[in-house]
Amino acid sequence: MRDRAGPAAEAVTVRRPEAADFDAVVVGAGPAGSAAALELARAGHSVALVERGPFPGSKNVYGGVVYGRILDELIPDWYERMPVQRWITRRQTMLLSGDRSLTVDFRSQNWGRAPYNGATTYRAEFDSWLAGHARAAGAVLVPSTVATALLRTADGQVVGVRTDRPDGDLTARVVIACDGVNSFLGKQAGLHPDEQAAHTTLGVKETLALPRETIEERFGVTGTDGVDIEILGGTSGVPGGGFLYTNRDTVSVGLVLGLPGLAKAGLRPEEILAELKQHPSVRPLVRGAEVVEYSAHLIPEGGYRSMPRLGGNGLLLAGDSAAMCLAAGIWLEGVNFALGSGMYAGRAAANGLRSGGPAVLGEYRRLLEKSFVLADHKKLRDAPGLVLSERVQHRYPGLVCDLAEGMFTVDNPRPKPGLRRLLRRAARHNGVRMRELARDALTGLRSFG
Amino acid sequence: MTQRYGDIAFEDRMSQVDFRVAGNAHIVVDTDVCRSCTTKACVHACPAKLFVPTDDGGILFNYEQCFECGTCYLVCDGGNAISWSYPDGGQGVVFRHG
Repeated sequence: MRDRAGPAAEAVTVRRPEAADFDAVVVGAGPAGSAAALELARAGHSVALVERGPFPGSKNVYGGVVYGRILDELIPDWYERMPVQRWITRRQTMLLSGDRSLTVDFRSQNWGRAPYNGATTYRAEFDSWLAGHARAAGAVLVPSTVATALLRTADGQVVGVRTDRPDGDLTARVVIACDGVNSFLGKQAGLHPDEQAAHTTLGVKETLALPRETIEERFGVTGTDGVDIEILGGTSGVPGGGFLYTNRDTVSVGLVLGLPGLAKAGLRPEEILAELKQHPSVRPLVRGAEVVEYSAHLIPEGGYRSMPRLGGNGLLLAGDSAAMCLAAGIWLEGVNFALGSGMYAGRAAANGLRSGGPAVLGEYRRLLEKSFVLADHKKLRDAPGLVLSERVQHRYPGLVCDLAEGMFTVDNPRPKPGLRRLLRRAARHNGVRMRELARDALTGLRSFG
Repeated sequence: MTQRYGDIAFEDRMSQVDFRVAGNAHIVVDTDVCRSCTTKACVHACPAKLFVPTDDGGILFNYEQCFECGTCYLVCDGGNAISWSYPDGGQGVVFRHG
């Protein structure tokens, strides 16, 4: 299947085109690709935005919240125009251990008014909306078209992409691959490290229909306010986590499962999800709701340490293809990193095109390092490993729930136990050594502090 | 036989998803390789349940209801037994609530 976009596809060697069809070809009309195309088109360059789905967003799945602040740089008053399901005004982190749970529940009505913080959306709507802005700025959207291979000169310069359309070669002075977590174009360029499976999780999600009033009652919100719940535990022992968030007339509940753990476990993703939905803290929120869509997508969760080289020789990577998802426990973000990296890739490419040289990788990297995109990833480089570690996954939820249960169980006539004794007992009971706890606390402090 | 997990049959779960099925398969499995595979991780890891073990130790596969996620080729132990690619442009899964 060499004429298709897959792991076996190879770059095609071509002669350097006399005149390129476009200044830039951007592959993938997700948030990274549309941000890149928008930035390039606004700078006056001709851009083709190639999308394999019938419309932008049709192949995309996410896990809960779009944090749109970076859009301030791209679309003024974006929050007045973006297709929003609900604005998140209530954010919870839930630890599950057996049928127990401990939840941190934060609410701020500040997040329910301009300039807002994060929103839930449907990617079919959000991605199409953003691609619409790129088109309005002059980018040419080419949907239902797969970029199957890089076009490269004999000396390795990327000069375009081959597509699955008849006579479908598109030549360009720069190519930005926003072709997602599988990034077959990035792999053709040899930019990705091996062992992708070790840093990849599988996300599965059910979108469940519920009447709007029921959602408001169950989640304690009104109007366009919404809730996002991140869950640790509840994955039947497979390293990963869960999520649950509200849309207008649906709630979405899902899991993120580490591929190596899933491969070993012999469990099916939807079985694990069914188990999570039975948890006493989750069930009341989703019971009686009908599945209107089931979806699945891979997520690059390895963070900074698993990132590929970000380009070279006329090619840049942005978004999931550059492993830009941030999976750092209390922070789970991806769309904003795709938007940011795409925007900076577009900006660096535009500057390179203007000055006549294709050497844009250095500037792209500088822009990323100066901004949240690589600053956050660098600072939190040890967080994905910590979050998916055996202790955080299997021992700490139990330890925390033991601690809470010990504190709040009134065991009269015994006097209340001291916190230190409770902690030592909970640690012992969950097989955690105090030395390990101290070490993980230090790693956590270094990352989050 | 219809298997039930929680409150929805797998077939019903998949019938809610919009697939534009292409005329040609984007997944091909070298089932000879599968016969010597001891893990067959694709069988349970694939979220769309496209891979089914056969009595002779091989793998029967479907491509029609594929989420195009890539789990199968990443968990495959059998030296590229699964040849996987994206379907042709415009074909395959169309998520509405992704």
